[in-house]
Amino acid sequence: MSPAKDKGKKAKADGAAVAASSRTSTDAAEGSDAELAPVVPEGRTLINVREGQFGARGDTSGYDGLTRFVYMPDAAERPYGSWFDQVVDALEELLGDKAGAAIEAVIVDHDELTLRVAREHLLEVCSHLRDDQDLRFEMCLGVNGVHYPADVGRELHAAYPMQSVTHNRRLRIEVTAPDDDPHIPSITSIYPMNNWHERETWDFFGIIFDGHPSLSRIEMPDDWVGHPQRKDYPLGGIPVEYKGAEIPAPDERRQYR
Amino acid sequence: MTNESTSPHATAGLGEDDGTAPEFNVFGGDWSDVAEEATRLGEQRLVFNMGPQHPATHGVLRIMLEVEGETVTECRAGIGYLHTGIEKNMEFRTWTQGVTFCTRMDYVASMFNEAVYCMGTETLLGITDDIPERANVLRVLMMELTRIGSHLVAVGTGGNELGATTVMTTAFIGREETFKVIEHITGLRTNNAYIRPGGVAIDAPEDSVEMIRAMIPKVKQRLDELALLQLENPIFKSRLKGVAKLDLAACMALGVTGPILRSAGLPYDLRKSEPYAGYETYDFQVPTSTDGDAYSRVVLRLEECYESLKIIEQCVDRLEQSEGQPIMVADKKIAWPAQLSIGSDGQGNSFEHIRHIMGESMEALIHHFKLVTEGFPVPAGQAFAAVENPKGLLGCHVVSDGGTRPWRAHFRDPGFNNLQALSMLTQGGQVADVVVAIASIDMVLGGVDR
Repeated sequence: MSPAKDKGKKAKADGAAVAASSRTSTDAAEGSDAELAPVVPEGRTLINVREGQFGARGDTSGYDGLTRFVYMPDAAERPYGSWFDQVVDALEELLGDKAGAAIEAVIVDHDELTLRVAREHLLEVCSHLRDDQDLRFEMCLGVNGVHYPADVGRELHAAYPMQSVTHNRRLRIEVTAPDDDPHIPSITSIYPMNNWHERETWDFFGIIFDGHPSLSRIEMPDDWVGHPQRKDYPLGGIPVEYKGAEIPAPDERRQYR
Repeated sequence: MTNESTSPHATAGLGEDDGTAPEFNVFGGDWSDVAEEATRLGEQRLVFNMGPQHPATHGVLRIMLEVEGETVTECRAGIGYLHTGIEKNMEFRTWTQGVTFCTRMDYVASMFNEAVYCMGTETLLGITDDIPERANVLRVLMMELTRIGSHLVAVGTGGNELGATTVMTTAFIGREETFKVIEHITGLRTNNAYIRPGGVAIDAPEDSVEMIRAMIPKVKQRLDELALLQLENPIFKSRLKGVAKLDLAACMALGVTGPILRSAGLPYDLRKSEPYAGYETYDFQVPTSTDGDAYSRVVLRLEECYESLKIIEQCVDRLEQSEGQPIMVADKKIAWPAQLSIGSDGQGNSFEHIRHIMGESMEALIHHFKLVTEGFPVPAGQAFAAVENPKGLLGCHVVSDGGTRPWRAHFRDPGFNNLQALSMLTQGGQVADVVVAIASIDMVLGGVDR
């Protein structure tokens, strides 16, 4: 097994850490929330706090007080394995003394390399990725937003899969922005193919890509209010009556988590 | 009002008379009448919508065209008319149920959506290497059958849009042959939800091997017919050769993949460069061209169909050899518990399985119930899977928060990306060539809008 895979397994085990409290479902009011404020250890990414077995409402399982903190896989340590070291080395050399600030973390999980890049340095990182002969990531396969309300201060993540045709490699650039300042520089000046992808991520997540030539909604109607893929945006739907019983809309149903 | 008009086709717009160009709003009608009306009004420059309801737009695509006479000076694509929120819906269903949703995105190449999503999920589960060989063979078989179907739709509808209905009927007859096999194995012609995380939903019936062997020459015959009908046809050649050109530099700048990129000369095919599902063990070629025009893309699509048939032949041999082998991962905590069978009325649960869980084992019933209603948890993390879809690189970014439902599933549909090239393909060309350009991109709006 490669070192990369070992790390993946370790991260998974950590991710499943469980913190349980002995509250009963009756005193699960806001009064006791303070003791269960999420604990985010240094350098870890908390992505969700899950309570009970069924999600938000109507937990009859007796596990109502079960609280789980879910973390993303942790930053990897050298050697990263595979071609990952080579790419990170090349990028660090090109960035010079900015490397520390630009590359916030290197994550290796499932044999995939993720570089967490600070948004101020995104453009520089991207131009190196595209132009340097040792990197040559000619194609950016779009940008995908992910909303993590629990990751306080960097709720909005934008993930850019980068494809190198020359070296046949793929890595992911991940950039974060807080909910109250959802700005990320547009990389359309470097990767023109990202034009529509950035419009889509703006449309669905409300991430403002500064410098985009025409950042308008692409999937939703122009006058739509809200950004549908955010976690605080409900799925919608109406309750349906079936044989006398009322079936709630999908996001109102009791669900196993 | 700058221009008065009584024609039902071209009426003066509501623009203020500020000395700028006059506006006309055109609603429907015959193009020759519109052009005549525009000539009568002495205006050469027209801005109009093609679509969203237009037979040549492969779905509901709106194209905003600015033309001067017959020349397109500006072209913009407007999408979103088929946005269905599939990605959002998937966040509210189990990982297995997600397949049923994502198969409906690019509905002409639905197997690829399922495959790429399942590959991403399997990466997160860490079971990529545990997928049984027979399941991979069935996946490859399904993907290649779907590739032929998708290419035939591309070529057939492309011909139809040029007025050659026979091209479409021939292509659809060939596609129907692939559907017969797909239906025989999966129970459904399209939107199959056949590929599931961990393997496939149901094994191929015993007689499917013969059926596929009988299908191959029938499809080949239709492909030959299409080639004979089109490739040396002077009208077809003059409509497609040198039209909708995109060179390699433009392809790379716009991230265009698939037949368009290969028509520009780069033999980039994920089945070769990053093999998945055992593609490295199959013998096939990646056809390329250096012409970079609409004609070469039709040729490439037809050639790819022949290559797909070659792969299917190899799949059949492997299906024969692997008869009776598992089609789902051995891990009972992931594998779908129901054993499906194909009844006379379509797909359903097998009686044996029902007897087992209802009559013999309480634990089996609990297990079945838990896995079907709750689903399986997927470790927290993110993964990106990519496959070579008929249209190009189809990617899937899946994110899990450790729960039984995806935290986020995003699809990078090649049609969405490639449609950005429409402006470059059409600007400066003829209005009639816009239709050719759209057909040569071959996007499906279900996949573009998701």
